[in-house]
Amino acid sequence: MNLGISPKSRVSRLFRSPSFRALAALALVIAIGCVFNAEGTFFRWHTHRDMLRHISVFGILACGMTLVIITSGIDLAVGSVLGLSAVLFSLFSLQLGWPAWLAVPTCLTAGAACGLTSGGLIARFKIQPFIATLAMMVFARGLAKWVSGGRKISTAVQLADGSFEYREAPGVFRILGSKLFGGNIAVVTLIFLACALVCYVLLARLRLGRQLFAIGGNEEAARLSGVPVSAAKLLAYGLCGLLSAAAGICHAVQEQQGDPEAGAGYELTAIAIVVIGGTSMLGGKGGMGLTLNGAMAIGYLEKILSLNAVGEATRLMLTGLIIVGAVLFQKHRK
Amino acid sequence: MTAAQQTAPRLSAPVLRMTGIKKSFSGVAVLIGVDWALRAGEVHILAGENGAGKTTLIKILAGVHSDFSGTITLSGKPVRFRGPQDAAGHGIAVIHQDIAVVPSMSVRDNIFLGREIVRGHRVCFRAERDRARAVLGRLGLDIDSSRLLEDFPVSVRQMVEIAKALVHDARIIVMDEPTSALNEVEASRLFKIVGDLRSQGRAIVFISHRLEEIYRVGQTITVLRDGRAVGTFPAAELPPDRLVELMVGRAVDRLFPPRTAKLGGLLLQAEGVSVPDPSGIKPWAVEGLDFRLRAGEILGLAGLRGGGASELVHGLFGSFGKRVRGRIRLAGEAYVPQSPGCAIRRGLALLTNDRKSSGLVPTMSVGRNISLASLGRFSPWGWIKTGREAAAAGRLIETLGIKAGAADEVVANLSGGNQQKVLLARWLETSPKVLLLDEPTSGIDIGAKNEIYRLLDIWTSEGKGVLLITSELPELLALSDRVMVLHRGRFIDEFDRGEATQERVIKAAMGMENQA
Repeated sequence: MNLGISPKSRVSRLFRSPSFRALAALALVIAIGCVFNAEGTFFRWHTHRDMLRHISVFGILACGMTLVIITSGIDLAVGSVLGLSAVLFSLFSLQLGWPAWLAVPTCLTAGAACGLTSGGLIARFKIQPFIATLAMMVFARGLAKWVSGGRKISTAVQLADGSFEYREAPGVFRILGSKLFGGNIAVVTLIFLACALVCYVLLARLRLGRQLFAIGGNEEAARLSGVPVSAAKLLAYGLCGLLSAAAGICHAVQEQQGDPEAGAGYELTAIAIVVIGGTSMLGGKGGMGLTLNGAMAIGYLEKILSLNAVGEATRLMLTGLIIVGAVLFQKHRK
Repeated sequence: MTAAQQTAPRLSAPVLRMTGIKKSFSGVAVLIGVDWALRAGEVHILAGENGAGKTTLIKILAGVHSDFSGTITLSGKPVRFRGPQDAAGHGIAVIHQDIAVVPSMSVRDNIFLGREIVRGHRVCFRAERDRARAVLGRLGLDIDSSRLLEDFPVSVRQMVEIAKALVHDARIIVMDEPTSALNEVEASRLFKIVGDLRSQGRAIVFISHRLEEIYRVGQTITVLRDGRAVGTFPAAELPPDRLVELMVGRAVDRLFPPRTAKLGGLLLQAEGVSVPDPSGIKPWAVEGLDFRLRAGEILGLAGLRGGGASELVHGLFGSFGKRVRGRIRLAGEAYVPQSPGCAIRRGLALLTNDRKSSGLVPTMSVGRNISLASLGRFSPWGWIKTGREAAAAGRLIETLGIKAGAADEVVANLSGGNQQKVLLARWLETSPKVLLLDEPTSGIDIGAKNEIYRLLDIWTSEGKGVLLITSELPELLALSDRVMVLHRGRFIDEFDRGEATQERVIKAAMGMENQA
């Protein structure tokens, strides 16, 4: 049998590779944008800048989601943990006046704790990821409402006599909410890209990343090859929680308040980003580059629809169709 | 020899003829014009190495692949199946190599899956139950057919596949490596059933990699090589050597290479080892076992399936955590099984008997599958040195002769024999002292088997010890320096290389004490 790779099959291999297909989906979306360019608005720099800024929070969630989905798990709690973290961060910084070096790590720890709890339920008690994180999704939302008393936490501080005093937002809010390089790149976008880079290195270069792929590919084989399956899963969910909390801080900064309802339904967008990127829901296949691609594709899609003033109803229906289309496209070339 | 081996009368016209069968997958030709014919009342062996095209040919016959060129003639009439249901409707039953049952359904529901006995729109469970009981009884299986299939061992699943074919009264029954999950006793029961089916005038196509089996059940042999039918011969006129030569395309000098390793010092010593039963049916799968393994020695573990050999090696390896009892010394130091990771660090390696479910990571490349059990070595401080990893994988691919396009080829694309070598490479890379090998040659072709036998001899010459489990007795006897027989989880007998014969081992495995 001839096992050499002929040039033709090299081309077809490239064509079949997941990264190529993910890029193709993104290219398709951009091509649509070029056609329906809303009288040239699509070609303006600020459109792309706004898209990046808009997708950043979702992108951070998708980073964590990628880690978990690669283990063939899922984390439905990312949106709720985002809400909890937004509330906590606003409470600490705006209301209690904690300094940033204390408020940020505390929020991140809270998020990681949520993730580790789901991870523990999954790894130790063998509860299905869907169920365990569904429970955490509900619980974290409740916790966010309890902490905030059900109200949005903003710069308005209620005084003893019942009147409100508007305080100035602390420095951390301004810095995280600002844009750099002449107002071109939002700090939040930089945080997203940094998270993506860290997750990329983790998946591509670290032993932990390799173990996550092995678990997703064949958990029993991984276990019998000495992979510490429980610990690795725990870390994956813990990191996913931590990243959700980071997204929560960014969200609070962008909104200038901590809304206990923040992030409802975001888990679905995060999953959509991962799937459109081409990471397999069955686990074991995928990567951070793909998710970055998926985030851009979803971001551009939403931007194009809003530029062309497509109504919300149509927008949602189109998004659904496009998700199915993208996934079918990826399946087709198997 | 057995009665089954006498050549069947050659008067009947072929019930099935396949001519000029060609089939390719994404541009790669797998079958290049196969012609062969099957007669009623014969067991027709399809022989050939992995990748010769046997399974593809069978899948065409079963209606799984409908896009092929060539013709199928059934009782003189050309047919073309639109799908598996269509083929089944023409009286063709196929027992596939990958057992296609639904574990979460009952035995009965599995037997009648897709072809339920219905009265009006209702499934008639009572009729199904009675038919199922009758068929299972014929297979010598006394089980409650309303229990879930997942409660039974793999061998029962295989039997259920056969029951499926019987219950639908198929004219042509195709068995693709039906004995790979069966032990000797179950296998001989199957051979008897095959003989019965033949005398009823059914035509049976039988695929096997085991020479012994081929000559035990077959009357006619068609050899496939590289997608072509090399020839069809009466079994009595094709000596085994010639068969192997036809399959491999070259002469294999000796199937079992001579043992050259010299025995060294004591490597593994176990006293009173008890291993819990993973299925929980009985408290212990292995109870109070004592044994010793010397460096350079191959200790064969024999016994019926469920005899406890697989559980023993899993227990030693720490697959069941800390629940294993007994005193074990490994290379002179006390060893307590805790976890696979811990076992690997102490120099144990376990090749499981099911490379699909507990061996390969199908989504990963060949190289990454190889490095999986020794990742720690390639990743100081958790950072993988990909260069070192790739170099090690490349070296092993070369020494073991793994046929892969590249180290980054996905492992699922490899043939069975090469996949098995990838797993051996994985364990070799951990520099083990003791190799626990559970069915290392299951489902791989003769050429690859021969290579694995050679590797075993080389590794033992380097001072490694091997615990070998295999349900192929000739293999066990040829490779093992000593054979230990387990019966219901207990030691029953032990034979040195000279004393071990198939009869003595089988008798012991079935619980009969041999006189000294």
